[in-house]
Amino acid sequence: MNRLQSASDLEKLRKQILSKRDPKKPCIVICSGTGCIASGCEKVSVAFQEELEKQKLMDKVDIRTGGCPGFCERGPIVVVQPEGIFYQLVEAKDVAEIITETVLKKKVIDRLLFTDPQTGKKIVLEKEVPFYKKQKRILMDSNSLIDPAKIEDYLAIGGYSALAKALFEMKPEEVIDSIKRSGLRGRGGAGFPTGTKWEICHKAKGDLKYVICNADEGDPGAFANRGLLEGNPHSILEGMLIGAYAIGSSEGFVYVRHEYPLAVKNVKIAIDQMRELGLLGKGILGSKFNFDIKVVQGAGAFICGEETALMASIEGKKGEPRQRPPFPADRGVWGKPTNINNVETWANVPLIVNNGAEWFANIGTAKSKGTKIFSLVGKINNTGLVEVPLGMPLKEMIYDIGGGIPKGKKLKSVQCGGPSGGCIPADSISVPIDYEALKELGAMMGSGGMIVMDEDTCMVDTAKYFSKFLLDESCGKCMTCREGLERLLEITTDITEGKGKMEDLQTLAELGSLVKEASMCGLGQTAPNPVLTTLRYFRPEYEAHIKGSCPAKVCKALISYHIDPERCTACGLCMKNCPADAITGKKGMVHIIDQGKCIKCDTCYDVCPEKFDAVRKISGEPAPRAVPQGTPIKKREAKQ
Amino acid sequence: MKTKDAESNVSRPSQEEGGADIGGMEKTVDLILKDHDYDRSSLISILLAIQERFNYLPKEALKMVAQKLKIRLIDTYSVATFYQVFSLTPRGKHIINVCDGTACHVRGSPRIIDKLKEKLNVETGCTTADMKFTLETVRCLGCCAMGPVIVVDGNYHGKLSLSKLENVLSNYN
Repeated sequence: MNRLQSASDLEKLRKQILSKRDPKKPCIVICSGTGCIASGCEKVSVAFQEELEKQKLMDKVDIRTGGCPGFCERGPIVVVQPEGIFYQLVEAKDVAEIITETVLKKKVIDRLLFTDPQTGKKIVLEKEVPFYKKQKRILMDSNSLIDPAKIEDYLAIGGYSALAKALFEMKPEEVIDSIKRSGLRGRGGAGFPTGTKWEICHKAKGDLKYVICNADEGDPGAFANRGLLEGNPHSILEGMLIGAYAIGSSEGFVYVRHEYPLAVKNVKIAIDQMRELGLLGKGILGSKFNFDIKVVQGAGAFICGEETALMASIEGKKGEPRQRPPFPADRGVWGKPTNINNVETWANVPLIVNNGAEWFANIGTAKSKGTKIFSLVGKINNTGLVEVPLGMPLKEMIYDIGGGIPKGKKLKSVQCGGPSGGCIPADSISVPIDYEALKELGAMMGSGGMIVMDEDTCMVDTAKYFSKFLLDESCGKCMTCREGLERLLEITTDITEGKGKMEDLQTLAELGSLVKEASMCGLGQTAPNPVLTTLRYFRPEYEAHIKGSCPAKVCKALISYHIDPERCTACGLCMKNCPADAITGKKGMVHIIDQGKCIKCDTCYDVCPEKFDAVRKISGEPAPRAVPQGTPIKKREAKQ
Repeated sequence: MKTKDAESNVSRPSQEEGGADIGGMEKTVDLILKDHDYDRSSLISILLAIQERFNYLPKEALKMVAQKLKIRLIDTYSVATFYQVFSLTPRGKHIINVCDGTACHVRGSPRIIDKLKEKLNVETGCTTADMKFTLETVRCLGCCAMGPVIVVDGNYHGKLSLSKLENVLSNYN
């Protein structure tokens, strides 16, 4: 393709691409995000390719390996267009049938449809799936409309028209003003107004300025950025170009974490294509605007999501944060003014430029505008990426979109905002999701991880897990963070092991607030949140541990396993699978756990078939005395 | 801080490629450095490329990088030990990464890790005596819906159970 020399070149190319496309031509869209790759979508893609070749349909049917549509739980996902028929859990063996029945004869294959667990009804169309119905997908929708490796696809849905509009119809100040009026706030966690940030950097003195896309999505349980990077990298890059134009920057970086290999690959492909078309480099679209982007990979350090640590990492140093001020807008990478925004923030920019600030400001609440992508994970029926208007009650997201808690269990808490976010208790879930409301509850928006926990999750164990995580990831620069977290972990560990004392709870609270106040960067300032919020909302659970029982029956030191002699059928599964040889039994005889040998690995509980349900977890009391060896099993009635 | 026992590792004589063929290593390192325009700020990418080629960061290669980029060895070393992906000891033929992100954690990744430790008889971050497997944990792979997830040699295996784990491992010899 030739370099584009003007906005009209871009439009010409777009028309040319569209003229070759027939919206009525059948197209099989296969999700190829990392989630679906983990469930085997690559085999499905190959099978479609082979089957179309075999049936000589290559020019009659298109295949598109699209980005993540979000419903990872049901992957591999295949959507047959133009009808929008939604198939889930597709395997290679289903492929021939999809082509002959659905694509050619327009017949729906019943068994591949999604069944609404609430109504028991089968759902045919993608847009009718309850998971999608209540979402507002201004960012995510494009993921399934394009192949992320094809810039033509992005151009076909209007790609880079916002860039052309900004370059030729708006002054940099006007772009900044538009972003300010839209009310867009940083999607990386803190929620700083994006337009104001740009304005500060725009006004900063310096001939060389940098813009950075923070794609170091390190929060465990958050993968919203991954979904965008893999599925629609051009939207992010277009946002960066517009931002760079507004700020007056000529160089940019995308800092992607190493754990997202597909994201790195897709962003690099996108950058190469942009360069080829003249959307990067000197004189973009024939204007006077010069800009280039470099991809920098992280190397597995959570702290590099913090902006000053990230910038140190870009300079090739270890990722240690530094004191602010000076803020990056004054002194960032190599001492130059730098503007850094999160992936999702950048992706919103072209939409705002194209649709106007007012359109964006109409979505959301008074102070939190637009949509936000959350990764809804943990103990939830419909796991995946969910994009909702800010202000939606958390409850709606969990029950209407997420489909509630699996196996009829009770919701206990939603952990929100990454490891240093907070745990929101079940009785507060009517709260609207926005920056302020979450903060009030002791949690935060963070990068949008929503980890749902049910009654089987131990909150003290959860606090321990996050403290361990943050201790490992603390860079060690501030004493309060380095040593304080170590002590928090020590105390929570003691409590989970039944060695806690009541006065420990006071110490946790005092130490936690000290670490918060005296640490330099965002990591230390928020690291005690998991301990503090669990202590605030789940104090009785801490107290129960200190008294010797783990109500969720998770903490190994406080539980024991027992086989109910009334229910054991001597099937032998537990004995066969026990890694510690702690279970004895014979055919027809009740199986017995040797408490001395048991390592509490949960295997017997897991393998005991649900219909027998003979293995019991006990906490807070000693395991009942085992029946004597050789006790015959109870004869069950035939019906059972 | 990263609790990597790097001190003792780096003083070990470099094995295989390193000890036997320093010249070959130098050529490879040169090519990688050239690819990165001998740019100091690309140190992390350079080390990633070296690790991809040699499966770990040989001591000799670190020395070459420091010398050729004109940075102090200690600064190269500090970067190599700060970031979790770098290994200063040779790693196994197959690298197992167990995701221990929050979603995988609540869905049972600790049991997967325990099982692997027991089966392979290694601690996390270590390599089996026959150099076949290295067991590592990773913070979050971002495929939380498929948890617990492990990645072996870049291949994702989702919704793992202890019994599925056996099948997965048997594919890697």
